[in-house]
Amino acid sequence: MNWVVFAILALLALTAVTVARLRQLWAAVMFTGIYSFLSASWMVILDAPDVAFTEAAVGAGISTVLMLSTLALTGEQEKPTKRSPLVPLLVVTITGGALIYGTLDMPHYGDPNAVVHQHPDPSFVEKSLEDMHGLPNVVTALLASYRGYDTLGETTVVLTAGIAVLLILRRDEFDRPAIASRAKRRQRKANA
Amino acid sequence: MIKFPIIRVITKLLIPYILLFAFYVQFHGDYGPGGGFQAGVIFASALILYGLVFGLDAIKRVAPPIVIEKLMALGVLVYAGTGFATMLLGGNFLDYDVLEHSLNHKYLPGGQHLGIFLVEVGVGITVTSVMTMIFYAFASRSRFV
Repeated sequence: MNWVVFAILALLALTAVTVARLRQLWAAVMFTGIYSFLSASWMVILDAPDVAFTEAAVGAGISTVLMLSTLALTGEQEKPTKRSPLVPLLVVTITGGALIYGTLDMPHYGDPNAVVHQHPDPSFVEKSLEDMHGLPNVVTALLASYRGYDTLGETTVVLTAGIAVLLILRRDEFDRPAIASRAKRRQRKANA
Repeated sequence: MIKFPIIRVITKLLIPYILLFAFYVQFHGDYGPGGGFQAGVIFASALILYGLVFGLDAIKRVAPPIVIEKLMALGVLVYAGTGFATMLLGGNFLDYDVLEHSLNHKYLPGGQHLGIFLVEVGVGITVTSVMTMIFYAFASRSRFV
């Protein structure tokens, strides 16, 4: 562990607190983008470039754009609340304490005897090069081949989520005249 | 549509590299970090960047919503179709090993490599089009693009 680790973790905590305190939503969205970039750097340090990739592309890239377009639909200012912040603070503190208590049982970082490196099957790592006829990336081999069903399900989930967003949000150009004429008819009936 | 010339020029310079990087991540995923999910998002982000700078009408000419809508389902079909193809060749669902000797080896990789390749292409198509479609859904409701 070197100072970069602590610097990134400190910046993550700082950004999180800033996002929680901001009332200007546009700035808060920007800070969540910064938070995603910091998490991506943290994932690189943890030797997970795949996750870092995804975090940078999805968290900092696309979701920032989507949140900004949401702000364009709703508004940039958060309404001030009148309720006391004490109860939420207490809940957050207890939850955080429980989470830290949970990490006490966890094995040390990079421990070769950790359960995750023993339990599912070490042979994935040992055999994948041979099974895949020379493809060196174990992560891809696991995702696309050993667990192909799982990834098929995930892709279907992405499709389903996309369809759901479209059903809720889309304004169909083709439907609009029909809706307009229906509204007009209803108006005429109400007048008559 | 943004009026600033610097942003427009820089965007035009950047987009080809973003697309190239997306293809690299897609097709190099078997060897380095990456794969369909990441590549799809990067590809979509290039499209969305174009849309943000040049306007919704410009991006809809590049990637028509009707096509993108069909691509959303096509990706899943490519994935599941690979599974059914392996079944037709006598294996189990998504058992890529049966692809080993079924195709011309001179031009195409065989077996697991081909299977993973096809499946990742399916994932990439679906993720790209879903992300782009969600952007369309948001952008055509708001006034900021």
